[in-house]
Amino acid sequence: MSTNGLIGRAIKRVEDKRFLTGHGNYTDDIVLPKQTYASFVRSQYAHARLLNVDTSAAKEMPGVVAIYTGTDLVDVNGVPCGWQVNFKNGDTMKEPKHPLLVADKVRHVGDAIAIVIAETIEQATDAAEAVMVEYEELPCVVDAAKAVQSGAPLVHDDVPNNKSFDWVLGNPIEEVNEAMRKAAHVSTLEFVNQRLVPNAIEPRSYNSSYDPATEKYTLYTSSQNPHLIRLLMCAFVLGIPEHKVRVVSPDVGGGFGSKIFHYTEEALLTWCSKKIGRPVKWTSERSESFLLDAHGRDHITKADMGFDANGKIVALRVKTYANLGAYLSTFSSCVPTYLHGTLMQGLYTTPKINVDVTGVFTNTTPVDAYRGAGRPEATYLLERLIDLAALEMNIDPADLRFRNFIPPFDGVNQPGYQTQVALQYDSGNYEGVLKKGLEMVNYAEVRREQQEAAHNGKLVGIGFSTYIEACGIAPSAIVGSLGCRAGLFESAHVRVQPTGKVSVYTGSHSHGQGHETTFAQVVADKLGINLNDVEIIHGDSEAVAFGMGTYGSRSLSVGGSAIIKSIEKIIEKGKKIAAHKLEASADDIEFSSGKFTVKGTDKSIGFGEVALTAYVPHVYPKDLEPGLDFSSFYDPANFTYPFGCHIAVVEVDKETGKVSLKRFIAVDDVGNVINPMIVEGQIHGGLVQGIGQALFEGAEYDENGQLTNASYMDYCMPRADDFPMFEMGSQVTPCPHNPLGVKGAGEAGTIGAAPAIVNAVIDALWSGGHKVKDIRMPLTSERVWHAMVDA
Amino acid sequence: MIPAAFEYEKVKTVDEALAALSDSDTKILAGGHSLIPAMKLRLNRPAKLVDIGGITALKDIKEQDGEIVIGAAATHADIMYHNLIKKHLPLFAEGAATIGDLQVRNHGTIGGSLAHADPAADWPAMVLAADAVIELKSSNGRRRIPATEFFTGLFSTALQPNEIITEIRIPVPPDGTKSTYQKFVQPASRFALAACAVMRFTDGRTNIAFTGVAENAFRDGGAEQAIAGKALDDASIKAAVNAALQGVSVLGDHYASVPYRMHLAKVYLKKALHKVGA
Ligand SMILES: Cc1cc2nc3c(=O)[nH]c(=O)nc-3n(C[C@H](O)[C@H](O)[C@H](O)COP(=O)(O)OP(=O)(O)OC[C@H]3O[C@@H](n4cnc5c(N)ncnc54)[C@H](O)[C@@H]3O)c2cc1C
Repeated sequence: MSTNGLIGRAIKRVEDKRFLTGHGNYTDDIVLPKQTYASFVRSQYAHARLLNVDTSAAKEMPGVVAIYTGTDLVDVNGVPCGWQVNFKNGDTMKEPKHPLLVADKVRHVGDAIAIVIAETIEQATDAAEAVMVEYEELPCVVDAAKAVQSGAPLVHDDVPNNKSFDWVLGNPIEEVNEAMRKAAHVSTLEFVNQRLVPNAIEPRSYNSSYDPATEKYTLYTSSQNPHLIRLLMCAFVLGIPEHKVRVVSPDVGGGFGSKIFHYTEEALLTWCSKKIGRPVKWTSERSESFLLDAHGRDHITKADMGFDANGKIVALRVKTYANLGAYLSTFSSCVPTYLHGTLMQGLYTTPKINVDVTGVFTNTTPVDAYRGAGRPEATYLLERLIDLAALEMNIDPADLRFRNFIPPFDGVNQPGYQTQVALQYDSGNYEGVLKKGLEMVNYAEVRREQQEAAHNGKLVGIGFSTYIEACGIAPSAIVGSLGCRAGLFESAHVRVQPTGKVSVYTGSHSHGQGHETTFAQVVADKLGINLNDVEIIHGDSEAVAFGMGTYGSRSLSVGGSAIIKSIEKIIEKGKKIAAHKLEASADDIEFSSGKFTVKGTDKSIGFGEVALTAYVPHVYPKDLEPGLDFSSFYDPANFTYPFGCHIAVVEVDKETGKVSLKRFIAVDDVGNVINPMIVEGQIHGGLVQGIGQALFEGAEYDENGQLTNASYMDYCMPRADDFPMFEMGSQVTPCPHNPLGVKGAGEAGTIGAAPAIVNAVIDALWSGGHKVKDIRMPLTSERVWHAMVDA
Repeated sequence: MIPAAFEYEKVKTVDEALAALSDSDTKILAGGHSLIPAMKLRLNRPAKLVDIGGITALKDIKEQDGEIVIGAAATHADIMYHNLIKKHLPLFAEGAATIGDLQVRNHGTIGGSLAHADPAADWPAMVLAADAVIELKSSNGRRRIPATEFFTGLFSTALQPNEIITEIRIPVPPDGTKSTYQKFVQPASRFALAACAVMRFTDGRTNIAFTGVAENAFRDGGAEQAIAGKALDDASIKAAVNAALQGVSVLGDHYASVPYRMHLAKVYLKKALHKVGA
């Protein structure tokens, strides 16, 4: 297929007109006839038995339509977990019920006790305040390593030691221990990858309605994957017929993973809408977002990396306690296991790897996928360890990486790289991105400046991170064998209208990614038509046949590939129509730049004429159906593996410990690029979140299970003036197994950035003689100051 | 984030505001940038708000009888960009620029900030260092109290429930006076994690005020005495830094433990003294 050059161009986003002029249409904007509003009564305690929930006064309050408590829902299922992980001994993980409203005991601050529905949101909020709850407070546990100790409070009475699962991957531990014993040098880190709050700018919002005449439900939801929500809610929670449920995700203001999951409120509002026969809307308050949107990360890890005398890695051993929070959120079990343990090969040829992960319940907000999901944690572990080893062995950190990189392979002429931890990398040129990064940062010069700074009593540091991620989630059969309870294909329906305009119905969902532009670029390019002749439709289960949604940097590589499949079918059919018109054989027709041409002649007809003929089939092949409209499903052959090199240059203020980020270089290889501006934007956003983790963000629980920084006054979101201009570089190693050769760019920035920053700060401290191994993220000025004062 | 129901009245004169304040459950609304967030969290639920944003007389900034007079409803931005302030009280322009962001500076008022008395707010340190006098009015009359007597504790002041702040009066600093506001920001809120306002007069008198350090902003008499009348050099600055924070009960929190906050306050005093000494 030859193209009209739209692919690869930095076209401005077509969706921005509506977003920037205030014409977006979000769930909270939708007001239905006879609308009601919900407010929740939520637990003030992290762990408490409910002795009594008295709604009598609240029911008398003005405007109240209905109030439900946990006892009204004891027969309703809880929300399910979508991924089964097994214990080492083969037992299936513990999955206690996650009820829509709690009847027996609350397990984290914010756990839902009652829903109050009223004519206005003000009335609902006032009445919720009037619900009286009597608690018997119980001892609680918030730390995953403490929760597994005997005698720790039990979050679920029937889950011993609070363990949902313990899981292992890689080479047998005896082999890894043996290699570690023989190592010339072992670097060891015990660290915390802290808990993050996702903080999408649009709080979660749902509006659910039921029409008794048609027995149909409609749920508007700020979700990243409306079809998945429909499936989980219908089949697992409410037992209602899927074909009677329409789920719509209109414009969604960011998700970062937190809007993948099927939340209790979605199912509860749907249940309530039938009970009261009116639509019910709930929009999370910001304080609720802090307490309820599934958090990210929260690992406690001990890891050892062994090296031979030449600095070659000989073994990696990892033991992690992953905090799952109080309940299993939709993908919580796969994040610390199959999205984390499987990445422990990194970019290196490490021959022996063992990863051991225990998933632990605590009295905290559930933890699940947050931008990067498991892969930032893996990258942090590897990249911190290799930089630390470089300092400890007095080898340059770039050089140490060059000694250990997997050599380049394109996945076509050379096979993919089989890791020790289940995955097979598709294609890669890892030394390429580091070389480019070193050039861009002007490495020798920066090292010289560092020495000069140290001489003048200043602390400058340089930190590296060379990362890989597994994206394009995911081949259904592979993830199925690993415990996923869903397929991870994507669907696309491309409808050519009689006038040659094209409507594309994709199962991917755009909530900041710019699909309405990039997907249209792909379609317009392949069909040789104008960009504005293509419309991308997504987010409505009634319009789009099926979809698995957007997360795991999958939209273009999986959703885009499904679109390509439909386009191929359109062109193939178009050739038959054109051949008939041009009185030639279909085999002799070429399609290029929007024209069907008889090979070797100047006889051709345009795409528009073929489209019209398909719908006005007067002169038409006898055995061909009218219409030009194809739908396809694409199930990827493998994950995709973007990779890159991030380099941070920081200065640490000696007196206060404050870290200033001076430069940040990011060379990312995301495969082929459809729109470089959008890729750059995605990476910028990712970097800010990754650097945010390193320097600013972190959820803090006290021993009573209260989230003590649950507001923007205390939880530090990164801001524009915290950053220098990013210095962006790129390299292209196409993905060998999908038609566009794309790998995905949504998470790269977040996955690579954090360890580069922390490594740079540690490097700065070493340059001043403070030989610290680790500082806990976020690197607040006080923590850095303490590291200097104490070392 | 839905506040409890309340009534709202917008007044045109101070007398109207005072009349409305006779209801005990009534609160003044100025810029709303401290009060409204608290109401949305239902931490504060006044029955009625009296909006003083329409009282033009309270927004005046002028020079009168050797004093700079700033109306309580002047916004941070009004003050920051005012020529009189830039000329005579650069401390206020420098400090106001560090408050929040553009929107906050365009809405928040000096009177609101002083009345609210957040332990980490910026104005308290500045008015203390500038020897300001705060004018309060009630239906019983008017009183003026020095800033040094105004801040009485965590979110508490000498202001009575039936009073409003009308003006902040600052003696015009003599020519040659030097000043600075040095602030280490709390990274999330960008209020002061520790900040220091210094005004150094040509006779060597040195006013030193801290905010963000203790339950309320305060003048540091120990540090002031250590440096008063001395030339500002490394030794005298060191002596002042050593003398600072004696007997002060320093706050500890998520972003700064007691020893770290004490350290920061001293570092920022040192920076400030070096700056006015330069
Ligand atoms: C995002 C954000 C960032 C901020 N950053 C900073 C910062 O860096 N530094 C800082 O110092 N502040 C900061 N603030 C606070 C801001 O400066 C507030 O505007 C200020 O503290 C209160 O002033 P206001 O006019 O908004 O008062 P309001 O919120 O209207 O009122 C606050 C209180 O003062 C009372 N009040 C108001 N005016 C008077 C009066 N004339 N007489 C008597 N009582 C009165 C009210 O009744 C209320 O109790 C920030 C606020 C926000 C929202």
